[in-house]
Amino acid sequence: MENNEIQTPDCLVENGETYDMVYERPHTLTGTRMHYCPGCGHSTAHKILAEVIEELGIQGDVVGIAPVGCSVFAYDYLNFDMQEAAHGRATAVATGVKRVLPDKYVFTYQGDGDLAAIGTAETIHCVNRGENIMIIFINNGVYGMTSGQMAPTSLAGMKTTTSPYGRDTKTMGHPIKVSELIAPLPGAFYVTRQAVHNAPAVRKTKKAITNGFKYQKLNKGISFIEIISNCPSNWKMTPLQTVEFLDNEMAKYYPLGDIKVPSAEDLK
Amino acid sequence: MEQTEDIRLMKGNEAMAEASIQAGADAYFGYPITPQSEVLEYLAREMPGRGGVVLQAESEVASINMVYGAAGAGARVWTSSSSPGFSLMQEGISYIAAAQLPCLLVNVNRGGPGLGTIQPSQGDYFQAVKGGGHGDYHLIVLAPNSVQEMADFVFLGFELADKYRNPVLMLSDGAIGQMMEKVVFHKRELKRIPKPWATTGKTPDRERSIITSLFIQPEKMEAVNLLLNKKYEEICKNEVRYEEIMTEDAEVLLVAYGLSARISHKTVQLAREKGIKAGLLRPITLYPFPYERLNKLADQVKCMMTLELNAGQMVEDVKLAVNGKVPVGHYGRQGGIIPSPEEVEENFEKFFKSVS
Repeated sequence: MENNEIQTPDCLVENGETYDMVYERPHTLTGTRMHYCPGCGHSTAHKILAEVIEELGIQGDVVGIAPVGCSVFAYDYLNFDMQEAAHGRATAVATGVKRVLPDKYVFTYQGDGDLAAIGTAETIHCVNRGENIMIIFINNGVYGMTSGQMAPTSLAGMKTTTSPYGRDTKTMGHPIKVSELIAPLPGAFYVTRQAVHNAPAVRKTKKAITNGFKYQKLNKGISFIEIISNCPSNWKMTPLQTVEFLDNEMAKYYPLGDIKVPSAEDLK
Repeated sequence: MEQTEDIRLMKGNEAMAEASIQAGADAYFGYPITPQSEVLEYLAREMPGRGGVVLQAESEVASINMVYGAAGAGARVWTSSSSPGFSLMQEGISYIAAAQLPCLLVNVNRGGPGLGTIQPSQGDYFQAVKGGGHGDYHLIVLAPNSVQEMADFVFLGFELADKYRNPVLMLSDGAIGQMMEKVVFHKRELKRIPKPWATTGKTPDRERSIITSLFIQPEKMEAVNLLLNKKYEEICKNEVRYEEIMTEDAEVLLVAYGLSARISHKTVQLAREKGIKAGLLRPITLYPFPYERLNKLADQVKCMMTLELNAGQMVEDVKLAVNGKVPVGHYGRQGGIIPSPEEVEENFEKFFKSVS
């Protein structure tokens, strides 16, 4: 049987020299080797999430909801209590959890097919009720797990296995901007769009997820964090090319940055 | 003297809503649909003041998944709907059964298929006992025949759900849900058992809790299937419930559940007045089904007939139970029509004369 556990050494020994560990994997990750493709944004997003939970010291108070999609196994990697929802239903499941455990930190982690296609009704009504949860929305413009079909967020002209001649917006609809769609709802407290394709983007995403957890204590509604994520396998690119595509194409249609931020008054 | 009984005149739907509060339900998630909207209305009025969560979801799809989340978090939780709405919940019910989440579900059956009618029906028998959603699973199915039982089975349903970590379905119908009868609420001691598997936050003293129905490796999936099968065997061994009326000397037998059993009770009396030795077996649990008892009765009676408000669904289980020992027939009305005991008696006679 394959050993799927990653071993963490206590110290590094190189050329007879012993070096102390100055950084290690957060304990909120299980150590199970992730199944994500090289260059995929999911693993980075998982790690950021795990780091924030460790830094905030809230491992014992977190309940996460995993979706159906590439991150369906998220609970194998994240070392805290989690529920696996049916496709698109994560925000309904999260509502059920949060309503009976109002003191816990509850979040969903969903892809674009899950959140913006099959789960649109659940997403919009969860936001509209202003549930005190955080929604992490991974947008890579494609169905990853089923290997590259068109998503509601696929860019115009984007070639996928179900839009082999490119997405024709006349017959296949337009890429949907979920963050802009839900931001005007009074139940949306904090809406931001970030990415994980370079170091500054990772830092900003980490800040956004930290905010998302902190805001839950205010009981003022949804924190919605969209993360534009690279998908080398289904964009048919090298990891490096996906970084360029993200900056040049994805971020042009889905501009990175805050969409709705709480005012100083809101944060009281 | 301390009052231990609380007697009220209520609709079946209201009675189960009240019972759920008394049974310590932590949460109810629902969506309006005739003929069971009184449940959500009653709870919206009563629950906030008496503790507990009540939430009107955007759809039955959402409400069943809210039930999943709350049950996974360890809460005593339930939902109710009627046929078209209950169909929408089937996906979630399959996940709940697979993830072994205890909860109470209620289907106040109306006529179908499709949008159908808002009048009573038993057309959802197959959906209730043979699956409904995808995959190999079973619900424990309780069939009340009175307002009193709609209340009582809420308590029983929560207890069985917790005991077996299995969803329990109360399959009622539009008539019992809507009609008013006397209902007695006894003071009860609430049975609650610990749920260490629930997602309440990972504390240092335990491994993380994962609620899932995904087992992608065939060996792991089959292990879960076998575990479920074993549980269903236990349920079949321990939880078969039925009621017998005038079966001691019966020569012909009616088999009916819920509303049909009430009509059949009167039918048996009418037949007896004519000198026909008729009896009635009323399954109270539709899953597990009283196969053994019916097989035994087949050694005693000349024939059996089901009365169902459908085209003949439970009759298949009666045939399975009887295994060819005696002829088994079916009489039914559909579309929300409720036959009179006289109509049933006439057809019962016609049937057993045709086979004797």
